[in-house]
Amino acid sequence: MLVLASLPLFVAVKIAQLQVMPSEEHGAEFLQTQGDARAIRTETIPGHRGLITDRNGQPLAVSTPVTTLIANPKRVNEQAQVDDLAKLAKALNISLVQLQSRLERYRNKSFMYLARQLPSIEADRILDLRIPGVFGRQEYKRFYPAGEVTAQLVGFTDINDAGQEGMELAYNAILAGEPGAKKVVKDLAGRVIKDISLVKPANHGSTLRLSIDLRVQYAAYRALKASVQRHQAKSGSVIVLDVHTGEVLAMANQPSFNPNDRSNLRVDSVRNRSVIDMMEPGSTAKPFTILAALESGKFKPETIIDTSPGYLKVAYKTFIDPRDYGDLDLIGILNKSSQVGTTKLALALNPDNTRELFERMGFGEGIGSGFPGETAGNLPAYRKWDPVTQATYAFGYGFSASPLQLARAYSILANDGLRREVSMTAIDEYQDESVRVINADIVKTVRQMLETAASDQGTGRRALIDGYSVGGKTGTARKLKATGGYDENRHMSLFAGLSPINNPRLVTVVVIDEPNEDTYAGGLVAAPVFSEVTGSALRLLQVTPDAMSAERNIVSLPTTLAKRGGL
Amino acid sequence: MHRDDFVRQLSSPGGDRRPSRVLHIDIPLLLLLLVLCGIGLTVLYSASGQSIFYVKRQATFMLAGLFAMLVMAQFKPRFWERGSTLIYLGGLLSLVAVLFFGVGAKGAQRWLDMGFTRFQPSELMKIAVPMMVSAYLSKRYLPPRFKHVFVATLATLLPVFLVARQPDLGTSLIIFSSGFFAIFLSGLGKRYLVATVLIAVAAIPTLWFYVLLDYQKQRVLTLLNPGEDKLGAGWNIIQSTTAIGSGGWSGKGWTQGTQSQLNFLPESHTDFIIAVLAEEFGLIGVLSLLLVYLLLIGRCMVIALNAHTIFSRLVAGTLSLTFFVYIFVNMGMVSGILPVVGAPLPFISYGGSAIVTLFSGFGILMAISTEPKRI
Repeated sequence: MLVLASLPLFVAVKIAQLQVMPSEEHGAEFLQTQGDARAIRTETIPGHRGLITDRNGQPLAVSTPVTTLIANPKRVNEQAQVDDLAKLAKALNISLVQLQSRLERYRNKSFMYLARQLPSIEADRILDLRIPGVFGRQEYKRFYPAGEVTAQLVGFTDINDAGQEGMELAYNAILAGEPGAKKVVKDLAGRVIKDISLVKPANHGSTLRLSIDLRVQYAAYRALKASVQRHQAKSGSVIVLDVHTGEVLAMANQPSFNPNDRSNLRVDSVRNRSVIDMMEPGSTAKPFTILAALESGKFKPETIIDTSPGYLKVAYKTFIDPRDYGDLDLIGILNKSSQVGTTKLALALNPDNTRELFERMGFGEGIGSGFPGETAGNLPAYRKWDPVTQATYAFGYGFSASPLQLARAYSILANDGLRREVSMTAIDEYQDESVRVINADIVKTVRQMLETAASDQGTGRRALIDGYSVGGKTGTARKLKATGGYDENRHMSLFAGLSPINNPRLVTVVVIDEPNEDTYAGGLVAAPVFSEVTGSALRLLQVTPDAMSAERNIVSLPTTLAKRGGL
Repeated sequence: MHRDDFVRQLSSPGGDRRPSRVLHIDIPLLLLLLVLCGIGLTVLYSASGQSIFYVKRQATFMLAGLFAMLVMAQFKPRFWERGSTLIYLGGLLSLVAVLFFGVGAKGAQRWLDMGFTRFQPSELMKIAVPMMVSAYLSKRYLPPRFKHVFVATLATLLPVFLVARQPDLGTSLIIFSSGFFAIFLSGLGKRYLVATVLIAVAAIPTLWFYVLLDYQKQRVLTLLNPGEDKLGAGWNIIQSTTAIGSGGWSGKGWTQGTQSQLNFLPESHTDFIIAVLAEEFGLIGVLSLLLVYLLLIGRCMVIALNAHTIFSRLVAGTLSLTFFVYIFVNMGMVSGILPVVGAPLPFISYGGSAIVTLFSGFGILMAISTEPKRI
């Protein structure tokens, strides 16, 4: 009887020990913490990535909320019925066998992905099946509204929201959000019952405003794509630069890809050729040779050079013009893009000075944009040069630059000899840190020559824009063979130019790689793209037209006025 | 059935004419039972995840139980004494039937499907065994001789074995203790008690290796070291001790317990309901419930002491001691003193059969308490 009577005491003591006796190993304090530990969880609040916009705030990369379905395979295996699994498999659009084998593979784990980044509506439908062990987790997925138009520039992120390519990678530190944390009460099934407190708010990433103007970008991309298709070219790039601030207004590449669906991604379409690829600038480098000639003082614009008989043998190499141009002044050399004339100029100049001028123009020097894979080009040192190199140098062979470097060099021509660094992000308050690298008068002279080069007298007449004066230079560069030497049949068609001529606002560089053999000359392939892109951009930027052609009424106005004035 | 049972009831010869006497109701017992039912329904509402459905069903069972109690109370103890063998044999037969035709859930066969309702013979045996053993021994010389103790033991162990086979360890334990208490109260000598303890100790290895099933062994091992398999065998006991422990002095408040409300605690509305009470009402709540139980058992003991015949004394004493065991097997199991055997907490845990059986037992106690003295 004593044993029996002591039973209630025993139980009461045990329960009291569990409930209120502190500091026992498995006593009250421990169990109270345990009770909380089971129900109170720290949840992460996902911090979404910052927006990427163009200079006007048009979104280029946005984070949209999606739901990732995860499962605790142990619990699913233990608690889910077969028809639950069948329903789940059907909703996930996989076979029941597939689902079961996946669950089997992870049977000792307590975490596996079922489906990543589903649209929330779709995920909610599956979560509503209330299958034990299946949970949803909020994530953010990148969406690129401009798609292929800005694909290489903007880049993309991986499935874990980390930058992989392009500006997404270059500015990952700024864009990346930082997850926050909150305390919540959860039940055994892992459902959140209520929020208790905010531990740390989620830090959403900052917005990155790029320098590009999406309208100009669209125009550039449209013209480039059309040209690449028409000429069955391998690839192409277009860059539009605002010479007042050095901001890149457009940077388009072909081939491109859809960053929103990368299932059929081809590696060569991911590259931002405008910044990463090196090319030999070919004849587009000739204006800089002229600059060197004028700066040396040995030549004047009207200095006559005899290019007869249309070819010139230097050491082991013969340079050939399409025909015998006879006597040409410097303007003529640039207009006709005479190899013989340029070679004679180059050989007459101190190669050290020429190279130094090229260096001032930014060749062989990186942009410093931070863009992943950016190239600095290649400007060989002087001591390696023989007379042939010295000559080829003058018309843009033997050294290489990225299209963006070429654009930067042309912006010096546009800025009367002031060099401005290029920016791929929008500049809020422009501070002029430009440096004078060459005498303004010489530059103005060369700019005038460029205007004639892009006129009826020159190779670049297809670059003309209705309403605006244009200056520019065509280039048709033979491509290097993999085995060495130059390929007769593979060309790169180039055009680099600026507009309007007296107070330039834009520099545009067009590169079309390997157009088909029928039409490959820079004047035929790249120049029309320049005209279309630069024209659209000037109008979009509301630059005042400065060259109304004669057949337009508005241009004939002065004549009318003159008549009225009785002149 | 004897004629004078009815004669007595129809024309109580003078004496007490209070309504409680006429209806054979023991007022203190009834009040304590109603308090328990009230507590039970309150905790059940919270433990079942605030389900009014469970509460309604449980209340219906309670009303049915009260009715059964009142019916049982109308019969004289002598009626039960004479009928006990027959009830016992009927119960035994249906236990055998369960072995062959039984239906059940969760791997155990416990019910007989009667078409209109399900019947659980093991519940019947909780009352039939103490009555049968009491009736048998009260006719012998007391203290009983070895032969009679042997027969009584056999009569106890037979249903215990059958119920353990279902398997239903908790109920067989209750039936065993009810038979044991009847023999014990009939005046067992000290040597029998010592012998019983020795046999029990000696039987442990046999039980361990031949009788207990794997999962039952597991439960004993779990008791010794609940941390070994936290997510499997140890889950129930870890969650329940956590629930009890996190209650503190005054608990988290009604329907505010995280362990029970958020489904961490398994069987929260049946066997482990005390953990819900402990979590939400704290130590104060547990001790209050314990107090009500002890008052109830005390009242039963008073009834046993005041009983007029040896049979009545034995039955009343046995039923109250069994009720006592009932409570502490459950509380011991939930608080981690005893292994997990399926034993509900009387009047608090959800479950129809157990409630009706319990009320029936108290009906017999009321019949004993309101029996007039023989002249």
